[in-house]
Order: sequence, then structure tokens, then C-alpha cells
Amino acid sequence: MENQATYNYKVVRQFAIMTVVWGIVGMLLGVFIASQLVWPELNLGQYFHFGRLRALHTSAVIFAFGGCGLIATSYYVVQRTCNVRLFSDGLAAFTFWGYQLVIVLCVITYPLGITFNKEYAEMEWPIKILLAIVWVAYAVVFFGTIAKRKVKHIYVANWFYGAFILAVALLHIVNSAFVPVSLWKSYSAYSGAVDAMVQWWYGHNAVGFFLTAGFLGMMYYFVPKQAGRPVYSYRLSVVHFWALIFTYMWAGPHHLHYTALPDWTQSLGMVFSLILLAPSWGGMINGIMTLSGAWHKLRTDPILKFLVTALSFYGMSTFEGPMMAIKTVNALSHYTDWTVGHVHSGALGWVAMITIGSIYYLIPRLFDREQMYSIKLIEAHFWIATLGIVLYISSMWIAGVTQGLMWRAVNPDGTLTYAFIDAVKATHPYYFIRFLGGCCFVAGMFLMFYNVLRTVFDGKPVNAPIPAVPAHA
Amino acid sequence: MTDFYSGFWGVFIAVIVIVSLIWLAVLLKSQAVIKLKKGEKAEVLDHKWDGDLQEYNNPLPGWWLWLFILTIVFAVGYLALYPGLVLFGNAKGWTSTGQFKQEVAKADAKYGPIYDKYAKLPIAQVAQDKEAREMGQRLFYTYCIQCHGADARGAKGFPNLTDSDWLYGGTPEKILETIEKGRHGQMPAFGAAFGEEKVRDVANYVMQIAGKPHNELRASRGQATFQQVCVACHGADGKGNKDVGAPNLTDKVWLYGGSEATIIETVTNGRNNVMPAWKDFLGDSKVHLLAAYVYGLSNTPAAATK
Repeated sequence: MENQATYNYKVVRQFAIMTVVWGIVGMLLGVFIASQLVWPELNLGQYFHFGRLRALHTSAVIFAFGGCGLIATSYYVVQRTCNVRLFSDGLAAFTFWGYQLVIVLCVITYPLGITFNKEYAEMEWPIKILLAIVWVAYAVVFFGTIAKRKVKHIYVANWFYGAFILAVALLHIVNSAFVPVSLWKSYSAYSGAVDAMVQWWYGHNAVGFFLTAGFLGMMYYFVPKQAGRPVYSYRLSVVHFWALIFTYMWAGPHHLHYTALPDWTQSLGMVFSLILLAPSWGGMINGIMTLSGAWHKLRTDPILKFLVTALSFYGMSTFEGPMMAIKTVNALSHYTDWTVGHVHSGALGWVAMITIGSIYYLIPRLFDREQMYSIKLIEAHFWIATLGIVLYISSMWIAGVTQGLMWRAVNPDGTLTYAFIDAVKATHPYYFIRFLGGCCFVAGMFLMFYNVLRTVFDGKPVNAPIPAVPAHA
Repeated sequence: MTDFYSGFWGVFIAVIVIVSLIWLAVLLKSQAVIKLKKGEKAEVLDHKWDGDLQEYNNPLPGWWLWLFILTIVFAVGYLALYPGLVLFGNAKGWTSTGQFKQEVAKADAKYGPIYDKYAKLPIAQVAQDKEAREMGQRLFYTYCIQCHGADARGAKGFPNLTDSDWLYGGTPEKILETIEKGRHGQMPAFGAAFGEEKVRDVANYVMQIAGKPHNELRASRGQATFQQVCVACHGADGKGNKDVGAPNLTDKVWLYGGSEATIIETVTNGRNNVMPAWKDFLGDSKVHLLAAYVYGLSNTPAAATK
């Protein structure tokens, strides 16, 4: 039983490599649509129009890049912290090929204009069904592995991964409820304000469970591992885990402030978004305080730099989020590029940084190497990525606040001071800075790609043996 | 409480929200049990994963604990003052529509007199007033440029307001009526009734009366059809009828374009065009001022040099 004595690293390797590949694809798309906003002539016909490619960009970075990263690390972490091979190699392989097929189908259909018209859920119904099947298989593999674990206690990272997998299944299935009219066209089963509420219940919990809980799972394994320190506080992880997964479910209405959504729903969305601040920060505190006693490692270890910077951006955007959910602030920030900046401080600063750090940790271990081919390149990647994020976020802050203020400015006679186009003109320079920031971030991804390829070709695929479980565990 | 048909939902929502807030507080309290004495170090818990993964049993950071409690307290206060706990209403009696009405009333009180000042004056006179024109232009920039353009010269399907050609008339009264009530311009589709050949003939006749190069034979055949059918709106001389908004076909102004292909398209498929009504949205005084501004675009010396 050769298989029973080793971990299944094959599927981890596949997902890890595709994380880097889809990262480059998704972020290049981002840079392209950012350049379309600077130079509108780049809207090259209907298939390569901003309106279609934007959906492809968001899905590619969230679900292709982020998703592959989450599945790769969750398969790795659940095996290693349960001291047992994955529940089923066959099902695991199915999740890989199925998930890639879903992504490829999206890449083909989105530019063709085939869309369900729900943000972050644009795939049409045949793809939705395929994704639901793949996701259930993923859940079976993950929870099956937990079930046959050799260690009594379930490690905190697995709580978060588990919550992420369950919640995403629920969100995807409920929000996808459709009425098909043809093979490639269907309509939402909900209508009006209810449809909007379901969509943003989904949308914000995609942030909460896909982009937060999932990556906190990643954080809880790779930060203590890379720092070589115990997690700061078990108690804190208990409180913030339950409070986080409970409270996120309420926060969706803050996307619909001052709309046809009933007043009471908006109020509840706002207060629970504020309550979300402390549970979110619990994860940041637990991650950053884990480094106490290991701060000196930051000087020499660029992987740790990625992980800690990710936590800092996580703390920043989870402070910004509740603030933007306050109705008075939202009245200024809503519909502006401030929102876009906020999303990217989470997506680039938190999600991408923690994923990149974790993948750098994983690759040498999956390919039988001591470390990555070049530590210097990781260092370079870190700085260029950080520069890119700073350019991106600060330009979008300025652009967003400028737009918000210009849109509400009135003359002494009560007419609007600025026409819409005036605000567009004022924003134009910041779109260029954002484009530069995006270029920096993608450039970093290319460094990573090269570094990963060199490491892979210098090494060989390995499946690590499963060690005996220590008696007291 | 107009959001629901049944009072049950008010109870349902209030119970869930209150239980949730209490649950969060209980969760917090249940884990705030570790206290470290000064200088005491937290113990490492006895579990180990994947070789070296361990956890300290540090207490919840005090400032964080208070931050959490503060947000829960804020939630309670906010939900008492504003809608949220549907069952209990809210102490301030606040509604978003109420706030909207209040703000509109406030704005009306503040800005109303500025506009009312001109409401009694004749439009032609207001159009001569520099300050009024500037205010009118700002209104125009907010509500009209989406279709008519910042220079008011329109676009395909959207009339140019700076020339002296008017579909419904360019007197102050007519412009006011257009803005107040909106317009619905309809040209019926004749493609099916005429057939391709006849449509082309009519188009050539239209080009003839417009003084454009055309096919003589077709134009002469088209004339018969025109005098039978098109005459109803466009008149025997093709100079249109401002009462129904039928355009003058003999001038050089084309709403959709005057090429043979475009005219054929117009006759074949018809046209359907809408100018929205603004009376209810803007109120009489602002419409009056806008009418003066639009009138002034082609009726003041200032407009002529612009």
C-alpha cells in the first residue's frame, strides 16, 4: 500500500501551478481593462470590450487564481494536519480537472457575451451546475479526509477551510437558482429587491467566505509554519472564527444602501458590518502576534514578508470595510472608485500576498527542493508587488473621494456643479497611476512564474511520507 | 410597517436580531476566561499538528475585547433609534423616504425663490437676462446634455436646439410645452405596405423636394405615393406640420440623416422618438427657466456669436 504511506501531493502540485498560471492570466486581464479606462480606444470590438472582460478579470482572479490557491493549500494542509492521505485520489483528480474545465468554459463564454448577469456569478447555468458538482466533490474529499484523521483535534486552519467550503456551496447554489430559456440563457429565479438582496448576500459572503475565511485558513497554517512559532491565542481563534462566520452572513445589505431595499434591512446590514470589525481583526492579531519572538526573521525571509504584509492589508481593508458600510460614509463612497480601491487592497494586499507567500512555501516542498530557486527573486517580487498595491490603492482613494465630492457638489442655485464627464476627466490621471500599479503587480507575477519554473525543473515531484502520529497528540 | 403583509415577520426579525446580539456577547464572555498575572507567560496547549504546529493559550487582548463590546453596544443603540427591529419600530420614526422628502423640502425652500424670481417674467425676457441664462445653462448641463449634447447641437435622433428649425415650434410657448409635457414623435413604418420599390421611389421624391441629387424617374413615381399617403402629416408641399411634429422635408435639417439609405430606412421601419416630460420632476419654475435658456440659444445676440 504505497499510497497509504504518502500524502497525495500530486493534486496539490497541479492546483499550485495553476494558481500561478491563472494569477498571471487574471491580473493581465486586469491591467488590460485598466488600460481601457485610460485609453478607451483599446475597447477592441465586442469580444474584447470592457463590459465583458471585466467579468472575466474578476472571476479569473477570485475563482481561478484564488480558488486554485485555496484548493491547493487546503488539500496540503488538511492532509498534513490530519496525518492522513486525502480521502479519495480519484475524486481529488476530478476536482482538479472539473474546476479547470469550469474556468476554461468561463474564459470562452464571458467574452462571447454569454452571461447570467449577476456580479461574480456571471457563468450560465450549464457551467453553474458543473461547478456545483465539482464543489460537492471537493467538500467530500476535504471532509472525508477530516473524518479519517489520525489526530484527535481539528487544527484551526481546517475550521476556516471547512467553513469556506460549506458556505461557498450554499451561496453558489442559492444565488444561482435559475429559470433556463435555452442552453446558454437563463434568468434569476428571484426578482426585484429580493433578487438584489440575494445577489449581495451572495456577493458579500463570497468576500467573507471565499476571500476571507478561506485565506484565513491558509494564514493559520503558513504563518506559524514559516515563522516557526506557535499560534498566538487559541481562545482568540475560537471567538473570531465563530463570530466571523456568523456575522458575515448579515453584512450583504450594505451593498444596497439608499436603494429600494427596505430601511430595516439596510440598518441591520450596517450594524452587523460594524460588528464584523472585531472578529475580522481577531485573525489579523492572531497572525501578527504569532510573529512575536520571530520578528528578526522578517529581515531575511521574503516569504514571511509576504505573509505579514498580507495580514497588514487584511487589517486595513477590514477596517475600511465596516467604515464604508456606515450609511453616511457610503453616501460618499458608493459607486465611486473608492470601492474599487477597497476591493483591491483586499484582493491584492491580502488575498494575493498570502497566496503568493504560501505558494512560495509549497513549491519547494512539492518538488523535493530545499527552497525556491532564487530567494532574491522572491524579495524583488515582494517589493514590486507592494509598490504596485500602494500605487493602486492610493490612486483609487483619491479618484474615489474626488468623484464622490464632485458628484454631490452643488451651485448656489442648487444645480450640480459638475457634469458627469467632468468627474471622469478629473479621474483620468489616477486611472493611469492605477494602470502602472497593476503593471508592477503583474511584473511580480512573471518573476514568480520564472522562479517557480526553475524550481520545478531543478526538482522532481515527490509525495512526502506520512509520519507516525506522536503519542500525545 | 408596510414592508410585510403579516405581523409575524416583525416578531421573527426582532427575535433573530436580539438573540444574535446576545449570542455574540455570550460567545465573547465564554472565551474571556484566561487571565494572566503580570509577567506571567501563556502556556502552550498540549496539541501538536504536522510536527511543530502549536497554539498558545493567550487571553483575548483587552482593547480588542472592548472594541467588540463597543460595536455590539452601538448596534443596540442604533437599532433603537433607526429601523431594524421591525417589531418595535424606531425611536426617531426615521424612514429613508421621510429623509428624502425632508431634504427635498429643504432644498425647495432654499433654492425655490431663486427660480421663482423668473417664473412670472415672460420667457423671451428671461432669455435676455445674463444670470438667468447661466442658471438655465446649469440646469441644461444637468438634465439635457445626455441627449442634446453640451453644445445643444444634438445628435442623430436628438434635435439640434441651436438652429432655428423646430419640429414642434420655436415660440416660447411651444418650447415650454415641449419641456413640460414631453413629446412622442412617431413616423409609421411603410415597408410592408409599400414594398421595396415604392419605398425607394418615395425616398427619391423626398430627396427631390429637399433639393438633393435624385433619380428623376423614381421621384416622379414617388410623388404619387407621397401625395396619397405622406401628405397627411408632411403636407402637400412637404414642409411638415408642427402640430404633430412632422418634420419639414424641404429644409437641409435631418433628424436621422438625409442620405438615400437613411431615408429608405426611415420610411421602411418608421421612427419612434421620445422627449421626456419634466414638469413633475423639475417643477414649473425650473422648466420656465430651461425654456428661456433653450429659446435663448437661437434668439439672443449672445447665442448668435457663441
